[in-house]
Amino acid sequence: MSDVVIQLDHVQKSFGDFVAVEQADFGIQQGEFFAMLGPSGCGKTTTLKMIAGFEQPTSGKVLLNGVDVSRVPPYKRNVNTVFQQYALFPHMTVVDNVRFGPKSKKVPKSEYEPNVAQMLEVVRLSEFADRKPTQLSGGQQQRVALARALVNFPSALLLDEPLAALDLKLREAMQFELKRIQREVGITFVFVTHDQGEALTMSDRIAVMSDGRVEQIGTPEEIYNSPATLFVAGFIGSANLLPGEVAGTDGDDTVVTLTAGPTVRARTDIIRRVGDPVSVMLRPERLTATAEARADGRSIEGTVSDVVFQGATARIVVHLADDSEVIASVITGTDLPFLHPGSSVHLSWDPGSAYMLAGWPRRPGATASDIDTLEELADS
Amino acid sequence: MSSAVVRWGVRRPEMLGLGALLLAGGLLAAVGTRLLTGPLAVLALGTVFASIVALVVVATMGTPETRRKIAPYGLLKPGMLWLALFYLAPLFTLLRLSLSTLPSRFAVEANFDWNFDNYVTAFTDFGPQFQRAFMYSGIATILTIAIGYPLAYVIAFRGGKFRNLLLGLVVIPFFTSYLIRTIAWRSILSDNGIATGMIGKFRLTWMLETMGMMDNGRLINTPAAVIFGLTYNFLPFMILPIYVSLEKVDVRLVDAAKDLYSTSTSAFRKVVVPLSLPGVFAGTLLTFIPAAGDFVNALYLGSPNTTMIGNSIQDQFLVQNNVPLASAMSFVLMLIITVFVIIYSRFFGTEDLA
Repeated sequence: MSDVVIQLDHVQKSFGDFVAVEQADFGIQQGEFFAMLGPSGCGKTTTLKMIAGFEQPTSGKVLLNGVDVSRVPPYKRNVNTVFQQYALFPHMTVVDNVRFGPKSKKVPKSEYEPNVAQMLEVVRLSEFADRKPTQLSGGQQQRVALARALVNFPSALLLDEPLAALDLKLREAMQFELKRIQREVGITFVFVTHDQGEALTMSDRIAVMSDGRVEQIGTPEEIYNSPATLFVAGFIGSANLLPGEVAGTDGDDTVVTLTAGPTVRARTDIIRRVGDPVSVMLRPERLTATAEARADGRSIEGTVSDVVFQGATARIVVHLADDSEVIASVITGTDLPFLHPGSSVHLSWDPGSAYMLAGWPRRPGATASDIDTLEELADS
Repeated sequence: MSSAVVRWGVRRPEMLGLGALLLAGGLLAAVGTRLLTGPLAVLALGTVFASIVALVVVATMGTPETRRKIAPYGLLKPGMLWLALFYLAPLFTLLRLSLSTLPSRFAVEANFDWNFDNYVTAFTDFGPQFQRAFMYSGIATILTIAIGYPLAYVIAFRGGKFRNLLLGLVVIPFFTSYLIRTIAWRSILSDNGIATGMIGKFRLTWMLETMGMMDNGRLINTPAAVIFGLTYNFLPFMILPIYVSLEKVDVRLVDAAKDLYSTSTSAFRKVVVPLSLPGVFAGTLLTFIPAAGDFVNALYLGSPNTTMIGNSIQDQFLVQNNVPLASAMSFVLMLIITVFVIIYSRFFGTEDLA
């Protein structure tokens, strides 16, 4: 891989007794679109602030281009931030906002003016240069904030929930816009979000955080298909987590005896011994509903309790023998006469779709939030 | 016939509203200045009353369209009539008086005769008082900014949960009358008062004398005492508007400036100061204008050598009984302040106020 721009070296941050960030230890590559994802209070914003210089690590080091900047104030660090509410200077025009950075750095006017013009071009705001920020829409303000940061050609651009203040439509458009701008300028983007969809859409790599710890770092595919922990499995997308015990191996697959009864085969990256408590993750969209069981140990039996039609797909809630609930997303249109509440069904999957993780989930079956959403839909 | 209420559709309701407003305001001002007297005044007041009644009738009985258009004029009317009677009318009377002549030293009524001599006298005889008024109030205004800005800054950004308590402390002196507070300072600054005693004890007399703040070992009756009094009395009027404008400044803007390579000092200079200027501007107006016309501080803390124009105007009105001259002096004071404010707002002015 290419050069590391930002390196966190065993960074720890505590506020009194509360540990906000615990042993963060990872690098961000040059030109990468890197996301820090997690629920609120997981320490992602604190980590970003330590990179920006607004917070200082309690222990450990933050390295920028190989230099320790842990105690360097923000104005001496070559990183720039796009703040959550943009924090544009209301008393300055758009172009003066963009000029602010180079002017403070005492870059000669002849040198920065072309860059300012170019950046306004990149964010498509050239014709709004003389407006005040209050005369712009939310999306435009967002782009001013981007241009204001990018005009300094920072080693990395830090974005703190950059899309949170926008409405849904605009947010989706801005996701592609951000990606385009990042490709165009080739600067490393580090962005913080609680929205997994945003992170999956835009990032090259994602760091999933929870309770101050980095749970997993990987590409969106890795994180989605091979989550390192139960938290990651449940936080990213929908997942059915079925507890069980390791019964043995069969080729590359591990054989797991589920608490719900059946014995199934699952792919895994972890090494477990026979008898270890594990969970098998099944993504709802990887499950198909069939009337007959599959012979190769890649199916489970249950009773349909709910069918929610969603257009292209239908979500079915299936009760297993141990009363845990599993959600499957099936394509509608195919004739599935046995899919009605009360009927018996086999949920089966292709090789490689079931993934085994260490430990047991707090609650077996589909993630609680998914169940709640579906129940609400079924009631309405 | 249906039971529906008959709605009056007036064709140009906004013209009716504006017409009624101007007519009533003009007539009330005319009565106030005694241009209309006797039966004419009664007639005028009757017309004012009738125009109010007409407005109320149209506003309650009119079609929705009419009511919507006439409502703003109805809401303006009480304020405008108040200003016509208690601001426009006295202003006009004062202007008329300033161009009048007293037939004799002891005459009560002045005759209006376009006598501009009053203005000449105001300028020639009271030059020093005008100068002192603007110098003292100017210095006091600068001092209130110098003292008030940091205080407002601390309350706004560092006040935390004590914010309201601290603001309360700023306002608390208003619970005591302006006059009493000034007289209290007289006793504090007097020759046997606590301030002079302390200065003597710490042997600071010499230093303060060199700085021009004491005169022959006295604090009281010096220009410094008058300026001090003005500064003390008008400080809250500076602190409160600055506080309001600072409080609205988003602290994240300071973070953004630091992120964009500004030190704390230049972030303050380039972001916080410009955003708080409307407050400084408002505070300056609230301090400088009344301070320039003030006579209480010069009266109790100053000497005959520190009289300000306010003292002279008061003297001419109430002691010398030269109402035309006093009126002319008042007008000159008003004009100079207006010119100052216009120039000031051109330089510092914000879109909000100018």
